[in-house]
Parts: sequence; structure tokens; C-alpha cells
Amino acid sequence: MKTNQMNQFAINVFFILASIACIFPFLLMFVASFTSEQSIINEGYTLFPSEFSLDAYRYLWDNVSSIGRSYGITILITAIGTTAGLLISSLLAYPLSRVDLPLHGLLSFFVFFTMLFNGGLVPTYLIYTEVFHIKNTLWALIVPSLLTNGFYILLIRTFFRTSIPKEVIESAYMDGASEFRIFFSFVMPLSLPILATIGLMLGIGYWNDWFNGLVYVSDSKLFSLQNLLNRMLQNIQFLQQNTLGSKAMSSASIPTNAVRMAMAVIGIVPILLIYPFFQKFFVKGLTIGAVKG
Amino acid sequence: MAQSWRKVWKTFWRFKALYLMLVPGVAYLIINNYMPMFGLTIAFKDINYAKGIWASDWIGFKNFEFLFMTKDAWRITRNTILYNAVFIVLNTVVAIGVAILLNEVRKKYLARFYQSVLLLPYLISMVIVAYLVLSILNVENGFMNKVILPALGIDPISWYTEAKYWPYILTTVNLWKNIGYQCIIYLAAIVGIDPEYYEAATIDGASKWEQIKSITVPLLMPTIIILTLLAIGRIFYADFGLFYQVPLNSGSLKPTTDVIDTYVYRGLITLGDIGMSSAAGFYQSMIGFVLVLTTNFIVRLKDKDQALF
Repeated sequence: MKTNQMNQFAINVFFILASIACIFPFLLMFVASFTSEQSIINEGYTLFPSEFSLDAYRYLWDNVSSIGRSYGITILITAIGTTAGLLISSLLAYPLSRVDLPLHGLLSFFVFFTMLFNGGLVPTYLIYTEVFHIKNTLWALIVPSLLTNGFYILLIRTFFRTSIPKEVIESAYMDGASEFRIFFSFVMPLSLPILATIGLMLGIGYWNDWFNGLVYVSDSKLFSLQNLLNRMLQNIQFLQQNTLGSKAMSSASIPTNAVRMAMAVIGIVPILLIYPFFQKFFVKGLTIGAVKG
Repeated sequence: MAQSWRKVWKTFWRFKALYLMLVPGVAYLIINNYMPMFGLTIAFKDINYAKGIWASDWIGFKNFEFLFMTKDAWRITRNTILYNAVFIVLNTVVAIGVAILLNEVRKKYLARFYQSVLLLPYLISMVIVAYLVLSILNVENGFMNKVILPALGIDPISWYTEAKYWPYILTTVNLWKNIGYQCIIYLAAIVGIDPEYYEAATIDGASKWEQIKSITVPLLMPTIIILTLLAIGRIFYADFGLFYQVPLNSGSLKPTTDVIDTYVYRGLITLGDIGMSSAAGFYQSMIGFVLVLTTNFIVRLKDKDQALF
């Protein structure tokens, strides 16, 4: 019994250390965003700065028009992208789940093949910009990520096939319901677990996406929060150049280091807020994506 | 004959609503996936914007000759494969170790808490990760140079210009970001092991360590092999965010941070050298495809149910 308690103690110590290693960078960022610029310059980023300050957040508040705009764009693309992606995926998955549909095997392969082989960045970029002209439009932030993962479609298909009782579909069919009605009134409501899981994954993907903006958007009016963060990472003056005209704050007094960290903080707070409530779905979404069955 | 055609048509017509549902998704995959596959042929063209991309002249393997004459081709291939190989081995070993330990935590609410915390880095974007790394490695005011190194009596290091440190930095960041995710997958497999094995072993007087060695690890083997093979199938694709964002796109770090994906991106967007970029992309797509097919073939031999196809 004694060695057992020792083991438990050692294991817990290990996990407490591992947890600290995971959280430490976040804490550093969080504290830095509340640190006065002078403290950061003198002492660097630390957990116990000599002087706290709200300057960074005050600065963000003063520039709420440009930062709020990016925030709004992120919310917009997350909402539209997740809804549209989920709808198109399920509409595609449902016919594939029907074994009585002629050619359903071939159509499944059509989806599946996209997981094996892809054209890569160059042809995709040229087709989106030269054929569909989505450069510097809101489309660019939504369309390229709608159905990024063929695996999601196949997972929804498998769920439809195995978890929706055939009798439900058949009896609705007998009652004269159309396929669309069956899909929207019976199949979708019965599939909430898988739709929530995959919707969550899509939503996180859109919220965190910086790649589409990096590749397709150069107009700063269309920057999502991640793109704004991305640009500020490479060029800390970016925010000043783009917002200073409107606000009277001399560039020397802008707490750039703290502002950077404050921006990153407001970028992850929404994820941290929903995380505890959706943790179950996260874990499910991650495990079904990795090992089949 | 006409009769049977009509019959076929009738069958399809009966399912017209279902086929209609397919239209948006299929159209999307054609645009987003299938058109670019055919677009790979631009690697064999001399891109000329005046003539238009698709009307440019064919030049055979010229782009590839230029690509493989440079030192870059070897460098990006080596970096991509070496990094991925290290990630596969290190992440797998650590993830299994952590998953086994997590399964041993007796208080379930603690286990859940640890799991949530370990998963946190997986859920944030690579841009934010780059900020976090910057707060630690920043030359003037980073935690390393201001707190850790002075405490050890070491001079500050200019992290973002010294290429030699980056294999360790990127490996650590990758482990930090992905370990929670991989750990969850292995934990799911461990939880699925029949408890009777352990009960029998305990009755026989086997210690915890012996149980892990002769029950847990052998029963995890199929999962480990499958996941490793699938990862090897993707060894030619690097995590673009990790290699582009975290080193802040710093030129002097290229020898140890440039991978195929960053090379293709830079050629296309920054340098406008589409010939070189498309050749590298073609090279990646083709070898990547062959690797996916090969590894899947091996997975299939081992366990048909786990194969992708």
C-alpha cells in the first residue's frame, strides 16, 4: 500500500510539472499584457513585473474601430464557414450513406481520393486567384477551408449509416415525406452528437485560421484577428501605421510589447471560455478523427 | 436496349433528390481539389502572365532541372524528412508514456484536469504559439535572455539569428503543442483494454511495471504501428505554421527551418518564382502520393480494418 501511495504522489508531481510547462507561456503572455512598457524593457517578460499597467488594453480600446473590425471578421467567417461547411458536408454525406443509391461507392471514392492526393498550394492558389478571383474578398477567408478534411465527410457518412435507424427513414418515406424533408426533419436532428463534434472542429479551424488571409488577402480592411496578429508579429509597427492617424498618441508612447501580448490574449480568450463546456466534444472530435471506429 | 436504358434512367430519376444534395459538395471538391490536381501540370510550363497562366509555353523538365541544381532542393527535402522523423519517434514515445501515467492517476477528476491542460496548446493557432515563443526567446526582453540565462551566468543569445538552436526549439514547440492530442488517442486505446488482463496479472502477483511492459504496451502495438505508418505516409508534408510562424520567417534561420512547404510558399507569394515553386510542389505531391499509397498498402497487410482503403 505504501509504495502505491508513493507512486501516486510521483505521478501527480509529474503531471503538475507537465501542466506548468503547458500553462507557463500563457501566463507569461497574460502577465505581460498587464505590464507597463518600462517594466518589460527593464526586466523582460516575467511573471512578477515591478509595475502593472492597463495601458495596453487602453490602447486597444482606443483603437477599437480597427481591432473590433478584425474581431468582427473573425466572428463572421467562423459563423458562416462553420454553418456552410457543416451543411455542405452533411448534404454530401447523406446520399453517400444510402447503400440503395446507385453509384454511392464511386461517389465515396470521389471524396476519399481527395485525402490521398492533392495539387498543393501553387495550383490551388492560381485557380482561386486567376479563375475565381477571390483575392482580397471575404470569400477568400471562407471558401478554401469549407471541406478541408474529407475524413469529416466520411465520418458523418458512417454515423448516418450506423446510427440512424433505417425504419425511421422508411416510415417517413411511406408517409410521403420527400428526401429533403427526411434529411432535415429526421436525419439531421438525430445526428446532433456528430454534427456538434465536427462543427466544433470546423469552428476552431476558422477561428484559428491565418493561412487563407496570409495567402489571399493583402488588404488590411479584410484582416481577421489572426491575420492582424500575424502581421503585428512580423512588423510591430503595423498597428501604429494603420491606426495612428485617427488617434492622438505619439508613437513613442505606444506600449508595443504589451499591446502585442494583449492582442494575443484577446485572440485566445474566446477559446478558453468555451473550452470547459465543450471539452467532451473536443476529446471526441479528436479521437474519432485519428483511429477509425 | 432502349428498354434497359429507360430502366437505368428511371432508377436514377427515383433518386434525383439525393443526387441534388450531392451537387454543392461535389462542385466544391471539383473546384478545390480536382482542378488543382490537373493544375499540377503548370510545373512543366514557363509561366508567363502576359500570355495567361494556362496558355504559357510547355518547357518540359526545365523547372525541375533548375530546382534540383540548387542546394535548396536537398536542404528542404532533408529538413522536411528529418524533422518529421524526429517528431514521429519523440511524440509517439512521450505520448504513450504520458497516456500510461494518466491512466494510472487514481483520482479521476485530477486525470481529467491534467488532460484538459495538456490539450490546451493544441487548440490555439500557430500565430499565437509564435507570440508565446517570442515572449520566451525575444532577444531584448525574452524570458530566456532576461531571467534564465542570467541566472545561469550565460550571456544572452540572439535566438532569431542563430540557426543551430532551431532544431531543438522547433522539436520542443512541436512536442508541446501536439502531445495532449496524441496522448488522448493513446489513452483511448488504453482505456479500451479489457480490465480482466490486469486483474489476472494482479492475482499472479505482477507488479505495475510488469503489467505495463507485458500487457499495456503489447496491446497498444497495433495502434502504434498504424499511427506511425500513417504518419510516415505524410512525412513529405511539413507543418507549415510551425516552420513559417515560429521562426518569424527569419532569413538567417533558413538552413535549419526551411522545409518544402515554406519553400513553395516563399517561391509563390514572396518571390513570385512560380516555376521553381510549382516544381517543388509537384515533387512534394507526387512523392507524397506514392508514400501514402505504400504505407497504406503495408497497413492493409497488417490490419485490413485500419487501412484507409
